[in-house]
Amino acid sequence: MTPITNSLAAIGVATLMMTLPATAKPVDLSDLTIAPDATTFSLDNGLQVVVIPDRRAPIVTHMVWYRIGAADEPPGKSGIAHYLEHLMFKGTSENPGSTFSDTVARVGGRENAFTSNDYTGYYQQVSKQNLPQMMALEADRMRNLRLTHEVSAPELKVVLEERRARIETRPSAELGEAVDAALFINHPYSDPIIGWPNEVASLTFEDALNFYRSHYRPGNAVLVIAGDVDVDEIRTLAEETYGKIADDKGRVTRVRPQAQKLRADRLVELADPRVTQSSTQLAWLVPSYTTAEPGTAEALDVLAEILGGNNTSRLYTALVRDEKIATSAGAWYQSSAIDDTRFVFYAIPRGDTSLEALEDRAREIIADIADNGVSDEELQRAKTSLLASAIFAQDNQASLARIFGAALATGSTVEEVQTWPTAISAITADDVRAAAKTWLDDQATVTGRLLEADAPATAAITAPAPAPSTAIR
Amino acid sequence: MYHLVKRAIVATLFISASVGSASAIDIQEVTSPGGITAWLVSDDTVPVVAVDIAFKGAGSSQDPEGKAGRANLLASTIDEGAGDMDSVAFQTALQDNAVRLSFDSSRDHLYGDLTTLSSSVEQGFNLLRLALTEPRFDDEALTRIRAQITVGLRREQNDPDNVVARLWSRTAFPDHPYGVPANGTVESVANLGHDDMVDAFKHGIARDNLVIAVVGDIDADTLAALLDSTFGDLPEHADLADVAEVEPAMGLTVSDTVDTPQTAIRFGGPGLPRSDPDFIPAYVMNHIIGGGAFSSWLFQEVREKRGLAYTVYSYLAPYAHTAVFGGGTATRNDQAQEAVKVILDQFERMATEGPTEEELADAKAYLTGSYALRFGSSSSIARQLLFIQIEDLGMDYIDKRNDLVEAVTLEDVRRAARRIFGEGRPTVAVVGAPAG
Repeated sequence: MTPITNSLAAIGVATLMMTLPATAKPVDLSDLTIAPDATTFSLDNGLQVVVIPDRRAPIVTHMVWYRIGAADEPPGKSGIAHYLEHLMFKGTSENPGSTFSDTVARVGGRENAFTSNDYTGYYQQVSKQNLPQMMALEADRMRNLRLTHEVSAPELKVVLEERRARIETRPSAELGEAVDAALFINHPYSDPIIGWPNEVASLTFEDALNFYRSHYRPGNAVLVIAGDVDVDEIRTLAEETYGKIADDKGRVTRVRPQAQKLRADRLVELADPRVTQSSTQLAWLVPSYTTAEPGTAEALDVLAEILGGNNTSRLYTALVRDEKIATSAGAWYQSSAIDDTRFVFYAIPRGDTSLEALEDRAREIIADIADNGVSDEELQRAKTSLLASAIFAQDNQASLARIFGAALATGSTVEEVQTWPTAISAITADDVRAAAKTWLDDQATVTGRLLEADAPATAAITAPAPAPSTAIR
Repeated sequence: MYHLVKRAIVATLFISASVGSASAIDIQEVTSPGGITAWLVSDDTVPVVAVDIAFKGAGSSQDPEGKAGRANLLASTIDEGAGDMDSVAFQTALQDNAVRLSFDSSRDHLYGDLTTLSSSVEQGFNLLRLALTEPRFDDEALTRIRAQITVGLRREQNDPDNVVARLWSRTAFPDHPYGVPANGTVESVANLGHDDMVDAFKHGIARDNLVIAVVGDIDADTLAALLDSTFGDLPEHADLADVAEVEPAMGLTVSDTVDTPQTAIRFGGPGLPRSDPDFIPAYVMNHIIGGGAFSSWLFQEVREKRGLAYTVYSYLAPYAHTAVFGGGTATRNDQAQEAVKVILDQFERMATEGPTEEELADAKAYLTGSYALRFGSSSSIARQLLFIQIEDLGMDYIDKRNDLVEAVTLEDVRRAARRIFGEGRPTVAVVGAPAG
């Protein structure tokens, strides 16, 4: 079961895309285009529309992405973006209460919503002929939300239960909050998307409405429609629905204080009696696809794959297979973000190996790439893997819609997504070496250790690894 | 490719996406010269081939006593080296050919999932063949994967959601494989070795319990040849242990303590098997009470009206040897009793009052309308085709399924509800820190 305003999604846009099957019949995928039929246009009120035809089944995925997220919240109101996401299901004057959800259910649709640091999204998947109705309802919800204390108060309790379920019952998630706070100095990514508990508890529906009125507008949104549609039909429908909403304010300018690169290493530790396995992670502040110079984010994607993207990666091979000092080890790069983002190493020790030993070995392995680079074979394999993911993603219209939506909501263009395979294919072994040198080897780290409550910090046991790739939280 | 291919187009099925548009899904039953059968939907729109297979009955219910977690370890190590390729060589071959291959086990079955590009379909099937005919189960791989599974098991020991799921299972199914942790325990996994894998493999992997679904950029002739080359060398017959038919225990309440701010709750009692004439009515009833829409009774009463939980759900699960109606939620420790009461009250209400005509109509509209969404991608179509074969529902099931739902009357739902809730309340398991 899935429904419910399922929040806190962060889609690693560039975790999905591709290159060339190596052996047997080498196929050059370097000039492959992702969703070549995708087109984009804007309405007069500033709404950007992306249409991704997939005519295999009479099904449509309809998504609205607002260019606003948890990192855009006013001070003291952490969690308001996510609370608003929940309240968006409480009705409008014209479609009161649960009319929208009831309508989706009656036509056999799926729906949900998600909040990340940089965007908030709402979607339905329905049979093709129900699309106009979804567009009318979502357009209505864009400006006409109506809230009362009666519907908003229980929902705040729901959000606090969600926080308990996601964070407070999980020491690893609590450690994650501390790592973020230590990594993103002077930047709102340091605050949890779901909000700090005391601030969430004091949120009101008036706070939510203020946030809603200033940010939920066509000029600040992206409409992504994937499935059994063509662009002309969508243009007409969009004009008849979203097009009726006046907006001359354009996009919200997101001026955030920038994360500071400290010279000092930082160490955060959480010891908890519920921890049965210690673990460690190292986090680096690195550029995202939005902030990086051309080629840098692509090089970091390839580096993450070679370093720790699978079970033949450098880290897994050394720590898990050969040296047998870890039960798992890997690395991931959260590539999609408006501001500088994170690159993370994680490992769970095996036997009596200390966490420090794992951290030291990870640094040595990174230094080795920074000094000696990677082999052509490794490079090719990583590209094949990345680009194969992109081809596989094209089997699913909702995946494609998410890839485009997340990219556009964080400052990329449709063309950049489409030509991502070319950009990945262009990465050289030296680009990967340079990325390791510049962004990891030469930089300060934040170390996050999860410990058994009774264990001294230097002893070691084992613990939860952060989810590789596509960071949720 | 010079085999004589016996190809039969058995059915052309129309998924009605409610009024108006309909889309054809052509399912072909492809039988290879060697007599291996697969269901195929051929579609070259996306250059991907999705292959789902299952070995029926070879899931964790086959784990011998003291060997809990055997099927899970087997699924985790089949792809860790085969033939003359060790783990690294095998995994590297998968990556170099852009082939995704994984195995998984449920209580009842063992599953394989192969995804390839059109250009690597032969390499993909060949790697699947190797894994299924010459798996190595090297000590290195077994030791490594066992350590990973053990980490997961240790972590689960203090996770209320996992603790409560295990507590419910062993309470509902004492003295039955369904009551044993499917992934095993730290102790049982430590006892699993090479011989256990070979044993599980020998008994569970065969042609007579194999079902195959293939969707995507491949034609019937190509597939027919690959079926023989991939599965032709498997043993003819599986040799599975008998699993007793069982009913989940009802009316028990059990609890355990984990020091955590939120209490996890699971409930469950007898459901109805898929072969029961009231299964579809029960399925509709489950949708109304807690099956996953915002409008469900549990969602409305527990979440919307009272704000007690983020998640609350129910499900109807027909297993091979039992049938369960169950569900769960999680709430602040001091609200746990209230949440359980609210949930049980809904069962009572369903057993006595039942839903309204309007609720039934809405449920049917949702269930029939959403069926088409299960056929939106090659991988999801493959899952459906596999499921229909496992459950032996027949190739025309996709055509019939919405009619079966449409035919459900209010009296059918009430009867199904009385059968599920009328005998007593389900067994409830609660795990958290005692309030106050």
